[in-house]
Amino acid sequence: MDLDLLSNILYAMVRTGTPLLLVALGELICEKSGVLNLGQEGMMLFGAVIGFIVALATGNLWLGVLLAMAAGMLLSMLFAAVALGFNANQVATGLALTIFGVGLSTFVGAAWVGKPLSGFEPIAIPLLSEIPLIGRMLFAQDVLIYLSFALFALVAWVLLKSRIGLIIQAVGESPDAASAMGLPVLRVRTLAVLFGGAMAGLAGGYLSLAYTPMWAENMTAGRGWIALALVVFASWRVFRVLLGAYLFGLASILHLVAQGIGLSIPSNLLAMLPYVATIVVLVLLSRDAIKTRLYAPVSLGQPWQPGH
Amino acid sequence: MPTPTSPPRLQLTAISKQYPGCLANDRIDLSIAPGEIRALLGENGAGKSTLMKIIYGVTQPSSGELRWHGEVMKMRDPAMARGLGIGMVFQHFSLFETLTVAENIALAMGTAAGTPKQLEPQIREVSQRYGMALEPSRLVHSLSIGERQRVEIVRCLMQDIKLLILDEPTSVLTPQEADELFVTLRRLAAEGCSILFISHKLGEVRALCQSATVLRGGRVSGHCVPAECSDLELARLMVGDAEGLESSYPKVSGGLPRLRVDDLSWHNPDPFGCSLSQIRLEVRSGEIVGIAGVAGNGQDELLALLSGETRLARGEQARVSLDGAPIAHLYPDARRTLGLAFVPAERLGHGAVPDLSLSDNALLTAFQQGLVSRGLVQRGKVRELADEIIRRFAVKTPNANAAARSLSGGNLQKFILGREILQNPKLLVAAHPTWGVDVGAAAAIHRALIALRDAGAAILVISEDLDELFQISDRIGALCSGKLSPLAATAHTEAVEVGRWMAGEFAPVAPSHSPAAAPAAAPL
Repeated sequence: MDLDLLSNILYAMVRTGTPLLLVALGELICEKSGVLNLGQEGMMLFGAVIGFIVALATGNLWLGVLLAMAAGMLLSMLFAAVALGFNANQVATGLALTIFGVGLSTFVGAAWVGKPLSGFEPIAIPLLSEIPLIGRMLFAQDVLIYLSFALFALVAWVLLKSRIGLIIQAVGESPDAASAMGLPVLRVRTLAVLFGGAMAGLAGGYLSLAYTPMWAENMTAGRGWIALALVVFASWRVFRVLLGAYLFGLASILHLVAQGIGLSIPSNLLAMLPYVATIVVLVLLSRDAIKTRLYAPVSLGQPWQPGH
Repeated sequence: MPTPTSPPRLQLTAISKQYPGCLANDRIDLSIAPGEIRALLGENGAGKSTLMKIIYGVTQPSSGELRWHGEVMKMRDPAMARGLGIGMVFQHFSLFETLTVAENIALAMGTAAGTPKQLEPQIREVSQRYGMALEPSRLVHSLSIGERQRVEIVRCLMQDIKLLILDEPTSVLTPQEADELFVTLRRLAAEGCSILFISHKLGEVRALCQSATVLRGGRVSGHCVPAECSDLELARLMVGDAEGLESSYPKVSGGLPRLRVDDLSWHNPDPFGCSLSQIRLEVRSGEIVGIAGVAGNGQDELLALLSGETRLARGEQARVSLDGAPIAHLYPDARRTLGLAFVPAERLGHGAVPDLSLSDNALLTAFQQGLVSRGLVQRGKVRELADEIIRRFAVKTPNANAAARSLSGGNLQKFILGREILQNPKLLVAAHPTWGVDVGAAAAIHRALIALRDAGAAILVISEDLDELFQISDRIGALCSGKLSPLAATAHTEAVEVGRWMAGEFAPVAPSHSPAAAPAAAPL
């Protein structure tokens, strides 16, 4: 395998892993605060279709990105109102949100299927993108991928270093204790859910504006679900989320490469590879029970209301 | 007592709190002066918790007035209470296990106090000044219960504290640890901090508090100076009718061994749980063995192994035996067939199904007593059994169709205990039999246990209440970190000694005589 091919694989790995990374980062924050939002797939799709329509109608890609995020947030606001405001079951609400989002995006986007759009183009950074092997991967991507790097750094810093991270973790571990301490549990959780919605919307926008600039029904192809699994198997650790997302990207690419070089494995089996590989690696990593307990949000998915 | 020159630090006037269907606080008056240690005494359900939640701003009173330094205040939330200098140490700690000591404290202190790292020297300084050793960088889950309480207290002391509220602080401590806590509290009071000490233990209140307010049924039943009151006077204020509450029962030595636990070791798969190592224990027919210990030292694990909720492999079946028959590998129903009865610690959800009627709950563990024939439930017999339990154990309920959750804690406990006792068990294992039960019901439960003992059953009681264990058990021991102290006759044992056992100060068990290698419990 020559260096060029390897460099191309790494480049494609990041491109393919990015939507997953974006959703998973949002869901990570959300779950850390104790809220399980299974509506990721629905929010992604709604973000994707709104972003695409706005970009095509106005010709402004950035406006598309912005409204894709707003669309994801809008749906997550619905989730927050029902699951946090009215204290409904989070699993049921999340599932309903996904079903709703899939249907809504299909309905809204019906007239826009197959329309062409020139999406975000890669921007090669001079000199840096010339670095062998990793140059293209890191410095010749489109601007949304650069944004995903920055967002990853931001989320990692918030969770590991900042006071906000401590608060999120405290609220997710014991909302009762956090509330007794005077922390605004529901406000923290609502903000976390909204952040998750914005990230899912952004991931959807990335798909329809940069990755494959077009709109097709169900174009997320289960990435929202994989992201949910990713967060759990990454034991709620931010660097493992990054690892898992790119691993998924890598395995997706490898299956194309394997087909390209004519390996005699049925393509259906190869298509399973990204899902299987990502989960196997992360399960192996999360064997340390003590570490897992340390990062897992104990109150995940449990409805909570301030005491009276 | 408030001095005429300065207003009391905190004054409550006619505070009432109405919950749906229950008046938790009824026109309560209370005042605390600077530097005063005041006890808030009362039974479970007397309204102590509600009152301090009102003071700490967790909940709002329905009516009444709260004055802080003479000024009328509306305590909106705990953040406001903390801002005024009110600190609270909860009975169930409000700590985050996955964070370090410093991070836990930093969270409570607000942004201005600095990052956890910046707080470390200050935490060390405060913990040293008050004689409470703490390492700021340790994760809370690795701390003992006593250490966790120190974190809570230090967290309060880091702020400019004016009033410290402690909710049953000694219920999680050994007697020695409790004495150390009192030294710290006296020192704090000497520096001018007011302390509201919530408890139902009369001895402690007398040792520590200058004044006491006693609650009963949501009302103030009296104010007094504990040092000048006898136990009986205080108990009468708390309970009303203190008749026949302080009974003592004759101690016996029992007959043949019924339950044998032989070198039982068990590794807990939960990394934050407790593993058991080399438990050896014998309960004879016609005796009560009491096991003391601070919560989380292996009680739940031992109970699960005895009841059958945790089972051992067939090869280790003889680790637990009943009348000589190995049972350690058996399911709970098989153990019940052999004569084991079990009263778990948690009444709703473990001892009884909250939404089922009392007669259905009776069926749940007594189904082997001829209540089921050819796969069909004999409704009439079930009803008879439930009615008999209700009659014999004086369970207050409209009828046997009432849902289990509609009963008060004490009544439900009497029902569960009655259900087990009427099955004529050879061995009864009871966990915290009177936890959260009012004094009257507790006495009834104790009498029932003694009667069962005198009928020849072997009884094992696991409890955190030392007074209770001394009252009813014939032999006593303590669990600490999954190890069991030697058992001694209660009549010849002092509470201080059991306190030392609770802290783990006992000789390690002698090496086993049997060559069978038990898997050693791995330390965390």
